[in-house]
Amino acid sequence: MAQRLKGIPVMPGLGLGYAVILKSTLPPEIDERILPGDVGEELKKFQDAVNQACRSLEQIRDEAAKKAGDQEAAIFEAQLLMLQDPSLLDLVEQKIRRDLFGAISASRQACEENAAMLSSLEDPYFAARARDVLDVRDHLLRCLMGTPLQKPGDYSDRSVLVADDLAPSDVISLDPEKVRAVVLAQGGTTSHAAILLKAIGIPTLMGIGVGLERIGSGDLVFVDANIGEVTINPDDQTEMELKARFRAFKEEKQVLAALKDLPGETLDGIKVELLGNIGSAEEAKFALDAGAEGIGLFRTEFLFINRQAAPSEDAQLAVYKQALSAMAPHPVTIRTLDVGGDKPIPYLTLVEEINPFLGVRAIRLCLQEQALFRTQLRALLRASVYGNLQIMFPMIAVIEELRQAKEILHSVKEELRAEGFKVAEAIPVGVMIETPAAAVSAHFLAQECDFFSIGTNDLVQYTNAADRGSQALTYLQDPLSPSVLRLIGQTITQGHKHGIKVGMCGEMAGIPEAIPLLVGMGMDEFSMAPALLPKAKSVVRNLDAKKAALLWQEVKQLKTAQEIRDYLQASL
Amino acid sequence: MVHSKVIIKNPVGLHARPAANLVKEAVRHQCAIRVEYNGKTADAKSILQVLALGAGCGEEVEVFADGPGEAGALATIVALIESEEG
Repeated sequence: MAQRLKGIPVMPGLGLGYAVILKSTLPPEIDERILPGDVGEELKKFQDAVNQACRSLEQIRDEAAKKAGDQEAAIFEAQLLMLQDPSLLDLVEQKIRRDLFGAISASRQACEENAAMLSSLEDPYFAARARDVLDVRDHLLRCLMGTPLQKPGDYSDRSVLVADDLAPSDVISLDPEKVRAVVLAQGGTTSHAAILLKAIGIPTLMGIGVGLERIGSGDLVFVDANIGEVTINPDDQTEMELKARFRAFKEEKQVLAALKDLPGETLDGIKVELLGNIGSAEEAKFALDAGAEGIGLFRTEFLFINRQAAPSEDAQLAVYKQALSAMAPHPVTIRTLDVGGDKPIPYLTLVEEINPFLGVRAIRLCLQEQALFRTQLRALLRASVYGNLQIMFPMIAVIEELRQAKEILHSVKEELRAEGFKVAEAIPVGVMIETPAAAVSAHFLAQECDFFSIGTNDLVQYTNAADRGSQALTYLQDPLSPSVLRLIGQTITQGHKHGIKVGMCGEMAGIPEAIPLLVGMGMDEFSMAPALLPKAKSVVRNLDAKKAALLWQEVKQLKTAQEIRDYLQASL
Repeated sequence: MVHSKVIIKNPVGLHARPAANLVKEAVRHQCAIRVEYNGKTADAKSILQVLALGAGCGEEVEVFADGPGEAGALATIVALIESEEG
């Protein structure tokens, strides 16, 4: 009987293979004592282990730079410095010399004491570095015991790696040709290991928890990292189906990879821009790797949440600059702060609201907290000289909000120029269409901005008046519902009538069935999670824009989301 | 001994990579260099001590250099912390 486990998808994809369980090879925690006469020998053992660990970390660092990039290799650069840290070395020496611990116990204790000190820090960024010190400990202990890392050659061709957690150095040694998927009990999606697994491109699920123990060594395991599910030892029937799915996935991946450098263009030559959505500057690289021709949505919320004080202008500038220069000359559309009462920010005293989704959020909040807004705009404008910046305001409902935001932007620009800062000449300013009010008044808004970007998740929620998180209302959360489609169609028509581009950066932009319909409406740009881009490009490149336009005319006659979905699937 | 106050410009503060850059610069100088923040002191040549300061972006730290070449060392370290890379 097949068993199923749930996990958090980190790198989407499918993997089918045999479980290889990676167990920690570290020694049991016993305190090994030595005699005063052995001090010299233990010190030498320790010094040799440090040298050996340095060499292996240097190798890993160079391999990381080749496989994943300089940014990722920096993780190991910091670990190397820790390994040679004078205060750590002194502490180990003291434990051997004065307390008469053996090299193994002394190294373990010294690293763990340092890790404990770091994890007690309040700032999560610093506390997370404790993990690095523990990685250094593991390297040292492995060298002291003569048990090196498991080498990529140790895995068979069809492995699914199962472990409690992985050190970044473990990840770098993985061969994506052999290891088809990774399943971890622990792990945060922003950990070093997660970032590296994404960079190398191995389908990965994290956070499986204790259920991981149900996977035995050599079990046949199917990992669906698109939906976050692991199937262990499927029955024959299921195994056949899963094998077919995995084969199709591999074939499709090859076909899609071949499309990477081809333009997003329909069979009849209509250009459709395919862009990436990102939530941090580091992700720009993944978007480029997936063939993105720009960033259609850079969410800036990560800069503002989980901290005690607002981020400074210079801190924001560094992040915007990084994303803009990584993507240059391609455009990067940066959305100004989009938060509300549902995600409280400690340094903003927001009035508690019964329904924060209908309250002071996004542009409404920024127009009330002008100091915060001006700081973000200053950083954006100063970053504008490093690439091709577009600024987008979220949740505009009425034209006064757009006018007010633009006025503030203008005054910030004047202020910067007066202070002697350079600002790019033409910075397009766009409106995110995510309220029905904005879609209905698109003809007015289009006359006062440079582009539209449709955010479907909120547009659906506000159009059907159904909370996007409500499990009981899924039938009202369908982006294919006729009223939502009409609002989208109308927004595009009005945008084009006034000569501006219209894009979409909501989840709908990455749904293969929806793309022909949206192209048929005349959508100019599609922005989505980078992993979805190759598939979207293949849909676009197999599409006839004239037929797509007819498709939209036909769909307009259908009265329910289900009829529309059936019709679109039949015509794919 | 020379010393100077400086505001951290790197968006993540004296965190892994910036701290690594600081330490790599510090070990090039012969003199002793220390960084003080919030009542805590770190040897600038120890990444573990620098990280343990927990100094975030926009915070003010004080740098002390003592020994041969101290003036040059102080100027380089201060410039590094002030730049976005440090």
